[in-house]
Amino acid sequence: MTFEAKIGKTELREVYRKFLLDKARKDDSIVVLEADLSSSMSTDKIKEELGDRYINVGIMEAQEVSCAAGLSVAGFKPYIHTFGPFASRRVFDQIFISVAYAGTNVTIIGSDAGVTAEANGGTHMPFEELSLLRAIPDAHVYEASDDKCLQAILEETYRTDGLNYVRMIRKNAIEIYPEGETFEDGYKLLREGSDVSIVASGIMVADALQAADRLAEAGISATVIDLYRVKPVNEAALLKAAETGAIVTAENHNVIGGIGSAVAETLAELKPTLQYRVGVREAFGQVGKADYLKEQYGLTVENIVAQAKKLVDQKNKVGVNV
Amino acid sequence: MDSTAIKNFAAQIRYYTLKELNYMGYGHYGGSLSIVETLAVLYGNQLQVSPETKDDLNRDFFVLSKGHAGPALYATLFLKGYISEDWLYTLNQNGTNLPSHPDKNKTPGVDMTTGSLGQGISAATGIAYGNKIAGRENYTYCIVGDGELNEGQCWEAIQFAAHRQLDHFVLFIDDNKKQLDGYTTEICNPFDFEAKFAAFGFHTLKADGSSVEEINEAIERAKSLTDKPIAIVLDTVKGQGVPFIEDMYSNHHLRLDDAAKAAIEATTEKIGIEIGVR
Repeated sequence: MTFEAKIGKTELREVYRKFLLDKARKDDSIVVLEADLSSSMSTDKIKEELGDRYINVGIMEAQEVSCAAGLSVAGFKPYIHTFGPFASRRVFDQIFISVAYAGTNVTIIGSDAGVTAEANGGTHMPFEELSLLRAIPDAHVYEASDDKCLQAILEETYRTDGLNYVRMIRKNAIEIYPEGETFEDGYKLLREGSDVSIVASGIMVADALQAADRLAEAGISATVIDLYRVKPVNEAALLKAAETGAIVTAENHNVIGGIGSAVAETLAELKPTLQYRVGVREAFGQVGKADYLKEQYGLTVENIVAQAKKLVDQKNKVGVNV
Repeated sequence: MDSTAIKNFAAQIRYYTLKELNYMGYGHYGGSLSIVETLAVLYGNQLQVSPETKDDLNRDFFVLSKGHAGPALYATLFLKGYISEDWLYTLNQNGTNLPSHPDKNKTPGVDMTTGSLGQGISAATGIAYGNKIAGRENYTYCIVGDGELNEGQCWEAIQFAAHRQLDHFVLFIDDNKKQLDGYTTEICNPFDFEAKFAAFGFHTLKADGSSVEEINEAIERAKSLTDKPIAIVLDTVKGQGVPFIEDMYSNHHLRLDDAAKAAIEATTEKIGIEIGVR
C-alpha cells in the first residue's frame, strides 16, 4: 500500500464552522469569539444564526481570552479563534491565568500553523504554540492533520473541560483519513513497521507517509503514527513507536517543545530510544509559499527519509537492543 | 442595612483585614484598606449573594480585579459566612486556601481568580455579557485599581463593555492615588479618570470612597442608568482608616518592623473596641 497525496475536499475552517453551528444549535451554552479574523476563518458565515452568541471582540486578543474565561464562569462554553501566534504567544499569561489556573473551560483555535501562514511571514508564522501550551498544567493540546482528524479533535474538546488548544491550518489539507474513520485515544497508528518509526503531526503526517513509502523501496520498514494529541500524550503510542528502536519525529514547528520534545521527554523516562527531530531549528518565520518554506526548514520527505536511514544505520552499528 | 450598620460592617471588615495581615506581619495593606468601605456597601447592601447561592448563575457577581486586595475580600467573606475565622490566619501560609491573590478554586465566594492585573476586568465583562445574553437581570461588579489601569488589557475590556452596552456592569476605580512604586501621577499620569471613562462610552460617577453613604448612593444611581456600563471613580486613600499606613509614602506591601507593628496593632485594637469584639 502506497500513500497517494491528494488534497482533501473540505477546508479545515469549514469543519470548524460546521462543528460550531451543529453544536450551537443543540447547546445554548456554546459561544464563539473572534478577534477581527472571522472572515479569514469563515465563521462570519454563522454570525447571523448565532446572534448574541457570536462575539467579535475586535483586535483585542487579551480581552478575547479573559472575556471567554468570564463567559465560562457565567455558564457558557466558549470557542475562540485567532491566528496561532496571537492565540498563543501574545496571550500566554491570559491563557495561563484566566483559563488554566482559574480552571475555566475554554477551547482556543490557533490557525495558520507554521509555514501555512505563507505570505503573512515571520510576524504571523507560529512555530512555538505547542511549546508554550505544553508547559501549562493540565492543558489539552492538539494538532489536526486533516479534516477528519480535526472533526475528531473538536468532538473531543466538546467533551473535555478545562483548557483545550487546537493547532490547525485553515484551508484544505492532504487527505490522510477516509470518511468515517474512527480515532483512538490521541493518536492514530497509520503504518506498522519494524525498522524505524516516524511520529508526526499536522501537515507533516502526509510527508511521514510518503517517507515510509520511500523507505520501503529501500527495504526499510517504517511505523507511522499521527500524534494528533500532543498533550496529554498517549504513552502507549510512543512505546509502540519505540519498538522499532529508532524514531524520527516530524513537525511544522520548533523542535524545542513540540512533538519531538514530547516524544523525547516521554521515552527518556520510559524507554530511551534513538531519535532525530525533523522540525524548525533556531529560525524565525518568513514569507513564502508553504512548499518553499518546508524546503527552507528541512520539513521534507527527503529529510525524513535521510534521517531515518541514518538512525537505522546507527541502531545497527551500536547494536541497540529492541 | 442602614448607614450606621454599614459603617459598623466596614469597621468589622477593616478589623479582620488587619488582624489577618498582622498575623503574618506582612502583606498588601495599602490597597486592601482602600476598598473596605466599598466592600461593606457591596456585601452589606447591594450584592444579591449568599453562601447558599454561591453557584447560582442568577446571583450577582463580584470580581476583585486588583487581586492584591484579596485580604479585604477574605475578611468580608468570613463576615458573610463563606469561610470560618480560623481560615483568615492561614493567609499565605503553606497549603492555605487564602493566597495573596484570590483563587476561585480555593476560596468559597470568590467568583474569579485574579492577580495578574488587567485580566479580572476582562473576565468581569465576559461574565456581564454572558448574564446579559442569558437574559439574567443580575449585576456584575468589579473593582479595578488606579495603578492597574496602566494595563492595556483594561482598556480592551472597557471598549468591549461600552460597545456591548453592558448596563448591568458596574466598575469601581479605586483611585487611591498610589501604585506599588509611588504616586500614579508620577509613574504614568492617568490624568482624569472621569473624563476618560466618559470618552470611552461609560456613565461616569464619582464617590468619596470612605463614605458608605456616597458609595451606596452611587450604586443606586448606577442601577437606574441604562444603555451604557457604569464607572464609579472612588476617591480613596491608600491605607484608608489606619493613620500610620495612610501617612507612609510606600504602603503597597508592608513588612512590619516593631514600630509599625505596634502602631498598626494599636489601631486594630481601637477598631476592635469600637465594634465590640475587644
